[in-house]
Amino acid sequence: MRVIQFREALREAMSEEMRRDPRVFLMGEEVAEYNGAYKVSQGMLDEFGPERVIDTPISELGFAGIGVGAAINGLRPIIEFMTFNFSLVAIDQVVNSAAKILPMSAGQYGCPIVFRGPTGNAGQLGAQHSQNFENWYANTPGLKVVVPSNPYDAKGLLKSAIRDDDPVIFMESELMYSDKGEVPESEYLIPIGQAKTVREGTDVTLVSFGKMMKVALNAADEAAKEGISAEVIDLRTVRPIDYAAVVNSVKKTNRLVIIEEAWPLASISTDVGFQVQRMAFDYLDAPVLRVNSMDVPLNYAPTLIEAVLPNVKRTMQAIKSVLYRN
Amino acid sequence: MSMELVLTPPTNVVDAEGNFTKDTYMYWYESMYLMRKFEEKAGQLYGQQKIRGFCHLYIGQEACAAGAVTALTRNDKWIAAYRDHAYPLGLGTSARAIMAELYGKATGCSKGKGGSMHMFDKNVNFMGGHGIVGAQVPMGAGIAFAEKYNKTGNVCICYMGDGAVRQGAFHEALNMAMTWKLPVIFVIENNGYAMGTSIQRASNVTDLYILGEAYEMPSMPVDGMDVEAVHHAVAKAAERARAGEGPTLLEFRTYRYRGHSMSDPQKYRTKEEVEAYKKLDPVEQVRATILRKGLATEEELSAINARVKAIVEDSVQFAEESPFPDPSEAFTDVYVQPDYPFIMD
Ligand SMILES: Cc1ncc(C[n+]2csc(CCOP(=O)(O)OP(=O)(O)O)c2C)c(N)n1
Ligand SMILES: [Mg+2]
Repeated sequence: MRVIQFREALREAMSEEMRRDPRVFLMGEEVAEYNGAYKVSQGMLDEFGPERVIDTPISELGFAGIGVGAAINGLRPIIEFMTFNFSLVAIDQVVNSAAKILPMSAGQYGCPIVFRGPTGNAGQLGAQHSQNFENWYANTPGLKVVVPSNPYDAKGLLKSAIRDDDPVIFMESELMYSDKGEVPESEYLIPIGQAKTVREGTDVTLVSFGKMMKVALNAADEAAKEGISAEVIDLRTVRPIDYAAVVNSVKKTNRLVIIEEAWPLASISTDVGFQVQRMAFDYLDAPVLRVNSMDVPLNYAPTLIEAVLPNVKRTMQAIKSVLYRN
Repeated sequence: MSMELVLTPPTNVVDAEGNFTKDTYMYWYESMYLMRKFEEKAGQLYGQQKIRGFCHLYIGQEACAAGAVTALTRNDKWIAAYRDHAYPLGLGTSARAIMAELYGKATGCSKGKGGSMHMFDKNVNFMGGHGIVGAQVPMGAGIAFAEKYNKTGNVCICYMGDGAVRQGAFHEALNMAMTWKLPVIFVIENNGYAMGTSIQRASNVTDLYILGEAYEMPSMPVDGMDVEAVHHAVAKAAERARAGEGPTLLEFRTYRYRGHSMSDPQKYRTKEEVEAYKKLDPVEQVRATILRKGLATEEELSAINARVKAIVEDSVQFAEESPFPDPSEAFTDVYVQPDYPFIMD
């Protein structure tokens, strides 16, 4: 099958949907003339013109709100945040407007909008540029939150997000844009809200999403070397969460480790752990463990990054711990 | 070599007749030359991956920092965005501490925690390099609020780029600062571009000082390539602020010679445009003035150049030899509370 980059998969998803539906447009900082800060929208200005691929000033609150206004008035905007760190300037429009229009208007006005961009750390960028807000947005009823881990999923999920009638937060990573993967030429959609078992196993279930799937898969390889068979589940969507997929796997493996880049308190791992103990208590042979970033900001120095981010080593420790192999 | 290799801003800025002293001109030359050479080195070191992450060079904009140093007292407060190596250098932070910070070393001015975008040095009242565009603007007003509250007579100088004025935070801050007559000097360093977006593409209003007039704030454009013009404008704004008359908005018209950050192909502008601005080079301008006024000879300026080169080399050696922060430092400086109970799964 054809192999393309993550950024190309995203670009194809947006371009195909823009060809299909004239109501869809892309707006954000440097998306048009600069071809995207991370070259996701390369060439899109040429194809769709400045009316549909729109550069903004550095005014996140303003253009997020313009997106919401356009969405409730019949258009289907894709709003790009250069990174989700900067979405905090705009979070009022996401949480107080986009997510509230439908309930406040009792269904009279919907808000079909996608807010997308990279999330999480991307190397030594310092504390303000290295944050994960997947759980922040996932906490908000009215939003859907998608965090793909590979080009194939990214394309199919972004197309679904653009067609979705509800507001969708779509989170990528600078560190994944150059990742390559098989993506068919023919059209496909991936439904929002379905996890995917990417590796079957019997001893322990590893649950992750987004960029941390690499850590989960590498840890599964590492575990295999030690005779441990890990089942790996990619949540793909963190609101809604496919609890059933996790619970079914835990019923088989009886052990669960969750790997997530966000800070631990009130995180996705917190919630998955809670739901699993509620729905599969009798199946668990060990407490649920998780590997999150440490409970601190991510500073610049490489030694501090190494000390804070989830990695294979910490994941292996957790795997061995739930298997009582320490 | 010793840690003494820092700049000392002059104390006798003007003479009895109100003319700039030789010390002032020499400080301007040395500080701007140091900023320039330090950053040229930083650019090289970035290429060698000694410096990582985002690194934004100030080359071309030096007068905007140096002219303000001489116009303010050492008790005044400074805050800026992420293009922030030059201000602390000019204020007297050692090149060592800044280079070590760029390397992410424990001896850096932010202990290696901040990196290029987050220089801080309380010793010289530099309250940071901030990474979220526009966030420092209300913070600058708040720093001034505290000075006013404490009746210190100090002012805050708050730098931002031309891109930052399109943030709501800028407008909210200007309104309150003017309404409450806060002693703050808002400085827009208009270098023509916010990343790849020229000011013309970001707004109808391209004379940025005009934005202050919407709040009836004294506002003016300033030649940001001319260190004397910068000094005069900041000195006047500081005088107003200290007299209780409130903020001023200064638009420094300047130019960055390098790309936005180290990974910018710069397709949005022409080589000719860059070359045209280089003819107005702030370092060359002050050098010419010094020679014209006979304040120093070519030899004396060469001696300064040699000294600056030594400072930069020393800073690199210092950074190279310094240790990275211990991993346990990840858990320090998060809370003031010493025994904060972090989640440790
Ligand atoms: C709120 C926010 N949005 C976007 C960014 C990404 N970004 C970093 S610098 C920059 C351009 C800023 O330009 P300007 O204010 O003119 O300052 P200059 O870089 O020219 O010094 C952008 C868009 C950011 N850091 N913060
Ligand atoms: Mg600029």
